[in-house]
Amino acid sequence: MDALLFLTFAGIAVLCAINLVLQTHPISSALSLVGVMGSLAVLYLLLGGAFIAAVQLIVYAGAVMVLFLFVIMLLNAQAERTTSKSAMRAWVSVPLLFTFVILLASLIIQRAPAGAAVKFGEFTGGSVANVGRALFTTYLLPFEVTSILILIAILGAVVLARKEI
Amino acid sequence: MNFYIVTLIKTGLIAVVLLTFCAYLVWIERKVLAHIQLRQGPYRVGPHGLLQPLSDLIKLVTKEGVIPANVNMFYYLLAPFLSVALALISIAVIPFGPVVEVFGVQTQMGLTDLDIGVLVVLAMSSLGVYGMVIGGWASNSKYSLMGSLRSSAQMVSYELPMAMAIVAPLLLVNTLSFREIAAAQEGFYLGFLPKWTVFAGPFPQAFSFLLFMIAAFAETNRVPFDLPEAETELVAGFHTEYSSTMFAAFFTAEYASITTICCVASLLFLGGWHPLWPAEYGSDFVPVVLFLGVALILFFHAAQSVRARMWDRFTFPVFGLLMLGLAGLFLVPLLKPLLIPLFWFAAKTGLLIFIFIWIRGTLPRFRYDQLMRFAWLTLLPAAVVNLLVTGLAVALTTN
Amino acid sequence: MPPELTQLLPASVPLSWYLVLSAILFSLGIAGFLFRRNIITVFMSIELMLNAVNLTFVAFSYHLKQVDGHIFSFFVMVVAAAEAAVGLAIILTVFKNRATLEIDEVSSMKL
Repeated sequence: MDALLFLTFAGIAVLCAINLVLQTHPISSALSLVGVMGSLAVLYLLLGGAFIAAVQLIVYAGAVMVLFLFVIMLLNAQAERTTSKSAMRAWVSVPLLFTFVILLASLIIQRAPAGAAVKFGEFTGGSVANVGRALFTTYLLPFEVTSILILIAILGAVVLARKEI
Repeated sequence: MNFYIVTLIKTGLIAVVLLTFCAYLVWIERKVLAHIQLRQGPYRVGPHGLLQPLSDLIKLVTKEGVIPANVNMFYYLLAPFLSVALALISIAVIPFGPVVEVFGVQTQMGLTDLDIGVLVVLAMSSLGVYGMVIGGWASNSKYSLMGSLRSSAQMVSYELPMAMAIVAPLLLVNTLSFREIAAAQEGFYLGFLPKWTVFAGPFPQAFSFLLFMIAAFAETNRVPFDLPEAETELVAGFHTEYSSTMFAAFFTAEYASITTICCVASLLFLGGWHPLWPAEYGSDFVPVVLFLGVALILFFHAAQSVRARMWDRFTFPVFGLLMLGLAGLFLVPLLKPLLIPLFWFAAKTGLLIFIFIWIRGTLPRFRYDQLMRFAWLTLLPAAVVNLLVTGLAVALTTN
Repeated sequence: MPPELTQLLPASVPLSWYLVLSAILFSLGIAGFLFRRNIITVFMSIELMLNAVNLTFVAFSYHLKQVDGHIFSFFVMVVAAAEAAVGLAIILTVFKNRATLEIDEVSSMKL
């Protein structure tokens, strides 16, 4: 069952990611990215990260990607035009990409800890209580610093989006 | 194997009940609105228009589904499906009653109980935007696009105060599982005041409840926040270009999300299936008295039926007998542990849904800039202050 | 599930599968970043890469039976949200000034 779920959602994630790269219209790319995020959330659940899966859906898929869609629709972004240059780029880079992925994968399979297997339910340390405890004790300072980061980001966004710059 | 069978039965039961309820919610809404406006509402199909949902369904399914020219076909067809699927998913984590034993099988009333239940509901409600956004964009119409732009901005904005209003009662109950949330609200102060989070110490969550309900109106795009489908400005907003079954899907999604959010409100704030006062003072007899009263009223009106409503003479006694039967069911000792919690849960949820309809009949719509200003300058600061005060109260009273 | 199927598929998934998936997603992110010329799509490719890295964090968190990986990916999400807010504001400003989203046409800083 684990393998089946993994293969299904890994497949969806990879297909959506390929679609993201291939689609010329930004809205299609954005929705494929949402697909990747959704299937990654399921994989996080398989890895015992209930909290991180929920946050993935709420923050990434539910807020960040909606913001992307909002901006795409606001700017009425059109599909990219294909140029001769872009066609050439694709011819050169697709084989390169394949080699890169195969190299990386073989390296990972070689170096990955031997016998390490993932079985659903064996690790439940990613529950809300555990993550919360770690966030508010060990990682309290970074957590507070992120709030300042977000504040700065809000200010930056407001200043940038205001009027003429 | 037993688990699969029980789950299948429960899934079927909940799906059928929820979808039927969504269909009848339309009838209830039209009736309530009509009575607010001193009209009669649907009256032609069946006694008092009771078969109206059925005829609406037949009408919507058999109508020709018009697909406008130049739409993005894939996304155009995906949007209603996405909308209705995401609206129906979150009912899975909502319990309707305690763990009960039926035919020797011990099971919980409700599909599943996740320890991140509240987060799942939040996630599904934030993903629900996609149905509208994609639908509005794929329709290739300016009204739809405006509607979906408004809806995405509105729902993202109102999610923040809603999440903060949810967090405040969670501080009191210390869990994210809906079953445990409801279980934590069992019992009574001084023997009569229920330990619901709206009443519970150290800081009663009545204000969070208000904030949550306001945000819930915006999340479900209901009056006074129904800007995405403001018909006077935008024809019908994001579903302008949809017809037939696809329109029905959007409609179902809206009513399903109203139902879900009212269930969540009654679980988080109103104690779920726990009665308003203890069983020692006879709270178990409330449904009996209620249904008996309804039956008596029906019999009375059947005897005194107005000339213009001839059919009432025949239909009212039938419904009266049905109500009598329902009242009798609540007296059967075997069914009591099953039905009483269900009654209280349904009563609270129904009351909240009634408030949704009531406000639709009462309040005018906000202007768009007022809507956004209200979210960011009033609701969000209020929710933050409320959360801080609750946190402080909890921190001071627990060691 | 029929027994043949259960024999065909392992009961547990090797950790390396997760890492390979993450590598594939990351490479696709790089590809999108390099190929696409729409600023918004480029930005989304960066998000894809961040997601791939998050998967690695969570997978290793499982392997080490520690919660720290989850915290890291939580922080990555927070930073991504902040980045999206600022980045999209920058894109809006660029579009206002140049009326284009093509990354090749925004090149006045080039020598």
